[in-house]
Amino acid sequence: MSEQTTAATDPLIADYEGKIQRDNRTGFDGYVVPVELLISFVNRLKNERGYDYLSSITSVDYEQDGYFEVVYHLYRILGGESMTLKVRTGRETPQVPSLYHIFPGADLQEREVWDLMGIKFEGHPDLRRVLLWEGFYGHPLQKDWKEPYFEEEIKPFKSRWPEGEPSYAEDKNPFADNVQYPADFDPTKWRESSESRLYSSLQQAGASILESDESDKIIINLGPQHPSTHGVFRMVANIEGERIVGLKPAFGYLHRNHEKIGERNTFIQNIPFTDRLDYICSMSNNLGYVQAVEMLMGLQPPERAEYIRVIMAELTRVINHVFWIGFLLNDLGAFFTPSLYALEERELILDVFEEVSGSRMMCNYMRFGGVVRDISPEVLEKIRILVNDRLPRKLEDFERYLTNSEIIRARCEGIGILTQEEAIAYSASGPVLRASGVPYDIRRAEPYSIYDRFDFNVAYATHGDVYDRYLVRVQEVKESIKILKQAINDIPEGPYLAGKSQYQVRVPAGEAYGRIESPKGELGFYIVSNGKPNPWRYHVRAPSFINLTGLEKMCLGEKVADVVVILGSIDIVLGEVDR
Amino acid sequence: MEKMNINSPDNSIPVELAGQVFITPVDQIYNWSRRNSIWPMFFGLACCAIEMIVTAASRYDISRFGSEVMRPSPRQADLMIISGTVTKKMVPQIVRLYNQMAEPKYVMAMGACASGGGPFKEGYSVVSGIDRYLPVDIYVPGCPPTPQALLNGLISLQKKIDKQMLKNAPWYKKGAIQEIPVPVLGPDLMDQRMYEKIKEHASQQARESEQDQSASSEVAA
Repeated sequence: MSEQTTAATDPLIADYEGKIQRDNRTGFDGYVVPVELLISFVNRLKNERGYDYLSSITSVDYEQDGYFEVVYHLYRILGGESMTLKVRTGRETPQVPSLYHIFPGADLQEREVWDLMGIKFEGHPDLRRVLLWEGFYGHPLQKDWKEPYFEEEIKPFKSRWPEGEPSYAEDKNPFADNVQYPADFDPTKWRESSESRLYSSLQQAGASILESDESDKIIINLGPQHPSTHGVFRMVANIEGERIVGLKPAFGYLHRNHEKIGERNTFIQNIPFTDRLDYICSMSNNLGYVQAVEMLMGLQPPERAEYIRVIMAELTRVINHVFWIGFLLNDLGAFFTPSLYALEERELILDVFEEVSGSRMMCNYMRFGGVVRDISPEVLEKIRILVNDRLPRKLEDFERYLTNSEIIRARCEGIGILTQEEAIAYSASGPVLRASGVPYDIRRAEPYSIYDRFDFNVAYATHGDVYDRYLVRVQEVKESIKILKQAINDIPEGPYLAGKSQYQVRVPAGEAYGRIESPKGELGFYIVSNGKPNPWRYHVRAPSFINLTGLEKMCLGEKVADVVVILGSIDIVLGEVDR
Repeated sequence: MEKMNINSPDNSIPVELAGQVFITPVDQIYNWSRRNSIWPMFFGLACCAIEMIVTAASRYDISRFGSEVMRPSPRQADLMIISGTVTKKMVPQIVRLYNQMAEPKYVMAMGACASGGGPFKEGYSVVSGIDRYLPVDIYVPGCPPTPQALLNGLISLQKKIDKQMLKNAPWYKKGAIQEIPVPVLGPDLMDQRMYEKIKEHASQQARESEQDQSASSEVAA
């Protein structure tokens, strides 16, 4: 934390007469706030110090010390470093006041912490499980919770070939789970309650909007198997005629336990798993994760590696936005033909990825302190042709066909509006935030890697509707191409990896929150290490997940057909939403 | 009229129709038309779905094999491509969709996750392979499989269809084909066929914990 912020917060902290302490464990940062002071302190931070953007809420299980810690990362929307707050609560009856009423963006994140860690948030209006289902046994991220096929606490496991014979986890555990059933559990009498709780929460939300209206309301389900929900996403909408009066997203149909698996893995084993978070932008995910671990290790990648990383991250941004434009048209009803044009450009960039990393989609390319292998002059030439000739030309085509198209303007303008204040309050990030008139881009607000060297503009628009989100993304592709041109010209010769490549990295104890501007928004990795080969805590702040907090707000009052477009405009990838 | 054996025709074609009429075993023509119009269900689960979409796009062009018509409705689909990780929360929906498909129907497990859990197998809410619930016809390896691999899987399925015969096709046999019971989300995913075992398991666990408690109280005493 910088000198200035420390000095600025000091009088505020002093008001609390030593009850708010700095976290003075080595490698840790931020303030430890007593549970009862949290609300008042956060309120004062927001109103008096301008920390108006709640970036992430997560939790850590310090089993050996007997408490859970809830970790909050607050930022100023004008830019600058973070304010980290920590609240500790006992492991027996963990309970923390909810920040829902100060930052509505806490909604889904608090539900996630409740779901996976089992910490209750007092005052949260709708504290249901979010990724798992009601009735699921236990809270999986607690350290003493054991998953199906549990073998050992940490990887690498001892040999699976004890005497030259393979042994399978299924054989050791024929039920394929370590589930503890309640005593005298009778499956035939089981009644699940997820659905009814979901519907009742929807009814409550809907009732407050159109109380006076007497017409009938109908509840419809979109998904999880629905061609326009971009994967296994589900929305439950309460409609009145064609109009949405309430809408609840339902997640978890692709919950793949990244965090639990990540805590068993060694640090380097997590890199291929990050590929599978946002599977359209694997390179950006790699970058976010290695950067967070490098913060802990205090490692500085060599110049050439930094340039390669920026080139790959920006190519990913081009892929993502071009792909998104194609699929927005899909959502508008131009089925598949526009996507074919988008996929054509994507294939060209995937060829580059395949050449450098060996895989089209799951690149697994970056390592701590650099990248796994160098890029050849031929690849650089290929990228040069792409960014100097092909991509600008194709982007111009897209703009000519789409930007002023009457149909697109009629369908997108004024739809799904999220105002500036709402966007900040709902912790939106990325193009969704910037389309609402907040020019907040982490590449500028808190530059990482070598982004401070490049000349580019932060794309933003002011109406906050679907059309502006389209404009912002088109503009961002242009800016990415601008960065790519500079990077291709300036890339120096030299090593591409700091030190020797190694399987087991030594990560000192401490915590780090590394965040990057991924194509979807703010991608953060919160990592706690205790000096062992495995992370103690590995949390992903997924932009698409948190951007969905504002979905209901955007959809209220719109027509059913527009909901599909609004969902598309947020740009979600389910691998990242459900993790 | 003489009874004709339609599968091995030995009657000759009249001269005026030669060149316009072909005589072929019915299995062959039936399978030929089926194998070249396998309509997959438009149903993406995870990362593999992106490669599935790319396979349908212009570069790999799945329509060369007659499978470009992706149907969002299970009623109109012949092939269910399980394209990605199957989670416990999603299994009930997948089984329900499979039950709704009309015969003849095929299932392709695309990628490591759908085939056996893949990298996420150890996770607590991941089903290790869809073949625990559905009969899988083709497994396509890869994480994710490249479009070429998916096309190879499709060609393998076509070869499999070629070998099927009307005579012993299960969907023309007497008696309705049994639906697969939809699993239920309880404390964990519960397969209805395993209820007895689950009950037994639960009571055994209860007994064990009782013994543990009595043992520990003895120690305390």
